[in-house]
Amino acid sequence: MAKIVDARGRSCPEPVIMTKNAIDNNETDLEVLVDTNVAVENITRFVKSKGFNISVEENNGEFKLKINR
Amino acid sequence: MADKRKMFVYGGIIGLIGAILVKFGNPGNMGICIACFWRDITGALGLHRAAVVQYIRPEIIGIIFGSFIVSYLTGDFKVRGGSSPLIRFVLGFFLMIGALVFLGCPLRMLLRIGNGDLNAIVGLLGYVFGIFVGVQFLKKGYTLGRSIEQSKIVGFIFPIFAVVLLIFLIVKPAFILFSEEGPGSMAAPVILSLVLGAVVGIVLQRSRICTAGGFRDAILIKDYHFLWGLIGILVFNLIGNLVLNFGSFKISFEGQPIAHTNHIWNFLGMTLVGLCSVLLGGCPIRQTILASQGDGDAGVTVLGLIAGAAFSHNFGLASSGTGSTTNGQIAVIIGIIAVLIIAYSVVAGAKNRSKAKEVVNNG
Repeated sequence: MAKIVDARGRSCPEPVIMTKNAIDNNETDLEVLVDTNVAVENITRFVKSKGFNISVEENNGEFKLKINR
Repeated sequence: MADKRKMFVYGGIIGLIGAILVKFGNPGNMGICIACFWRDITGALGLHRAAVVQYIRPEIIGIIFGSFIVSYLTGDFKVRGGSSPLIRFVLGFFLMIGALVFLGCPLRMLLRIGNGDLNAIVGLLGYVFGIFVGVQFLKKGYTLGRSIEQSKIVGFIFPIFAVVLLIFLIVKPAFILFSEEGPGSMAAPVILSLVLGAVVGIVLQRSRICTAGGFRDAILIKDYHFLWGLIGILVFNLIGNLVLNFGSFKISFEGQPIAHTNHIWNFLGMTLVGLCSVLLGGCPIRQTILASQGDGDAGVTVLGLIAGAAFSHNFGLASSGTGSTTNGQIAVIIGIIAVLIIAYSVVAGAKNRSKAKEVVNNG
């Protein structure tokens, strides 16, 4: 069961920090919710640098980022 | 790697434009300065009466149009707001006071370095120190809370403000003040400033380059993506100045245009700017870009910058080429203390709320 991180409406760089905190807590299966393109780009760059896979689903201006390793 | 090269080139465009605008008439080492330009607009609107820094800077109008249009076309335009607007206003207010004690926003700081002004390196050290302190609060859970969707009209307020400014610039009604001497009277031709401003707006909107973000991400998550943009600004501005403005290129502390040599206050002024920028989630130029793409909270931040500029000149806080003022020094100290108190209170509040939530969840 993926851990859900809801970072919708959070301004830069909070979505990345929330993702980082989850990863630092040894979560390896995450679903991060965000609502800006910038957050998607920043989180994608960050988790890739940490060796995670990421897929992005867009729905009505909101994004679900599935992150796992 | 391709990403980093892209950032480097994006930054390079900004650096070159900085050199070009000086060549065509903007004040020394001030091809682009978001703090100075909003301050000049504040003066032109009569909100402060420092006669030497009053002009409706077309670059700002161009930046707003550029960011608005390109974000609208690419889907980045999203109308949001409601994330601690009053705190953002206050942070914008103190940010501007720090910038005007140093004499420039972080972007001008880079452009000053790019023309040999060593005082700006002192400013840079202060800026990075302020960012480092701000990052400690981020690590402890600092947050300004969620923004929510707002009525679409909110997103049009800044573009409309830019249209009104453009009309004032062209029509020059009697109630709009234009400097006849000093930095406010030095300007590149309107069309050139407007067009290059729009290019800056488009490049920064697309690249998301932020002078605070570059250092913040390097410190916080060891991500050097945006830092490459800042290096691009610096390198290309240096090259641009050596080619276009060689006569004014000089590596020194003394005798730099619109700069002073009070090291402590250059450092602390930019410490305040760095701290505020991190707590706001972006530097003044990033806030201006965001305000133009529907972010109502960034819009409130820019209003804070404008208010800060007005008070800076009305209360004699802003420095000049002869040095910083006592009032300005006191204001920077008050600003740093006030911002630290805000950041500390926000962190404490966030902790209490998450504890309360745990009690509810477990209870």
